[in-house]
Amino acid sequence: MTSTVRVELPTHLRNLAGLGEAEVQVEVTGEVTLEAVLDALEARYPMLAGTIRDHGTKKRRAFLRFFACGQDISNDPVTNALPEAITEGREALLVVGAIAGGRGT
Amino acid sequence: MSQVRVLVGTRKGAFLLTSDGKRDDWKVEGPHFGGWEIYHMKGSPLNPNRIYASQSSGWFGQVIQRSDDGGKTWEPVGNKFGYEGETGTHQWYDGTPHPWEFKRVWHLEPSLTDAEAVYAGIEDAAIFHSADGGKEWSELPGLRTHGTGPQWQPGAGGMCLHTILIDPSNPDRMYIAISAAGAFRTDDGGKSWKPINKGLVSNFMPDPKAEVGHCVHHMALHPSKPSTLFMQKHWDIMRSDNAGDSWTEVSGNLPTDFGFVIDVHAHEPETIYVVPILSDSMHYPPDGALRVYRSKSGGNEWEPLTKGLPQQNCYVNILRDAMAVDTLDSCGIYFGTTGGQVYVSPDGGDSWKAIVHDLPPVLSVEVQTLA
Repeated sequence: MTSTVRVELPTHLRNLAGLGEAEVQVEVTGEVTLEAVLDALEARYPMLAGTIRDHGTKKRRAFLRFFACGQDISNDPVTNALPEAITEGREALLVVGAIAGGRGT
Repeated sequence: MSQVRVLVGTRKGAFLLTSDGKRDDWKVEGPHFGGWEIYHMKGSPLNPNRIYASQSSGWFGQVIQRSDDGGKTWEPVGNKFGYEGETGTHQWYDGTPHPWEFKRVWHLEPSLTDAEAVYAGIEDAAIFHSADGGKEWSELPGLRTHGTGPQWQPGAGGMCLHTILIDPSNPDRMYIAISAAGAFRTDDGGKSWKPINKGLVSNFMPDPKAEVGHCVHHMALHPSKPSTLFMQKHWDIMRSDNAGDSWTEVSGNLPTDFGFVIDVHAHEPETIYVVPILSDSMHYPPDGALRVYRSKSGGNEWEPLTKGLPQQNCYVNILRDAMAVDTLDSCGIYFGTTGGQVYVSPDGGDSWKAIVHDLPPVLSVEVQTLA
């Protein structure tokens, strides 16, 4: 089964990927987990690889957060199933830059 | 009609400054990649329309951008910098072992002989190579693993490999510098490396003359004399006339020998430039006066260059990659400041003018001389 998942990205990542609008849609085959959504996002937009999670460890970059249906899921296992509202496209998965990370700027 | 293109990396984006050979009227383009730190940009000497940019951010990590049309449009290329094999440890600030971790790309050095090849100097210190225009990167691990790596330690800005010099007469010979490990040379295209720090004296170290541990800030060479190297160390201006096998101090009559930048005149291999900075705890020019110092004798005798530069109330810094020279008949000298100014001297340093006054803090300056 394939699901169409909406993902909302921070401005800088939208610019990096050449996207004008806040939301992108990615097709996810099988169970819709955070890991599967990020895999699909990086497959469609390869320039985003390494900017949301580390290339090697796949760990979330420290100053990014993930929100689903108003809940911070940043520290949940990435293999957890995402809420139905996300898998059915009624809500977008939010990738949010934390209010930090701009040291020295 | 000749033209120059100045590539300026700042804390908030990249800027391109262009002018004809008079270097009087300037066009300013940017910011590209607004909001991102641009540690370095450099064009290929074989294909000047190909320019690389190191783009990074505390939020989103490292991106490498490439332009193939002289900076009009850009394409993100490869940003995967994985250390080869066991990463091991280096020293942390407190002297304890700390694992090598990739943080950012400080310097990009396009090959002199292959338009598709480019080197990257990174933090934590290592050198990487791409053979396909920056799409894929692989480490030259002989540097990091040659034996002294566990003794390297970060300088205040991190443990960065910030200088890559390629010998134009021998592409297998390269020099690199790391804060705070020192200078190293390869004679086999990067397979093996050796420290070249004999003659450096760093009094902050338990053994001031140790083989490694020196905080080298920048190095430069002239293409016609590639075995003569000039170095701005944390303290001390140094030169070597034997490809780094030994160094002698040439600080001479400078008001202070702390600083970051050093560069060589395009047509006079013994004419060199530095910008003295008061000290490592002040990081601004002595007396609040911005003075470039020029030596026409390869060091020791220095003259201040002040015409057109602020001589009072100036407390900016000039970071290690923020000076460059063009190759026009009347050699142009350029440098950028942490106050956001980029200065040009179209007459070898005799007089200066600010091209821009209010950019974000300038991290790097490179210049391309275009036909």
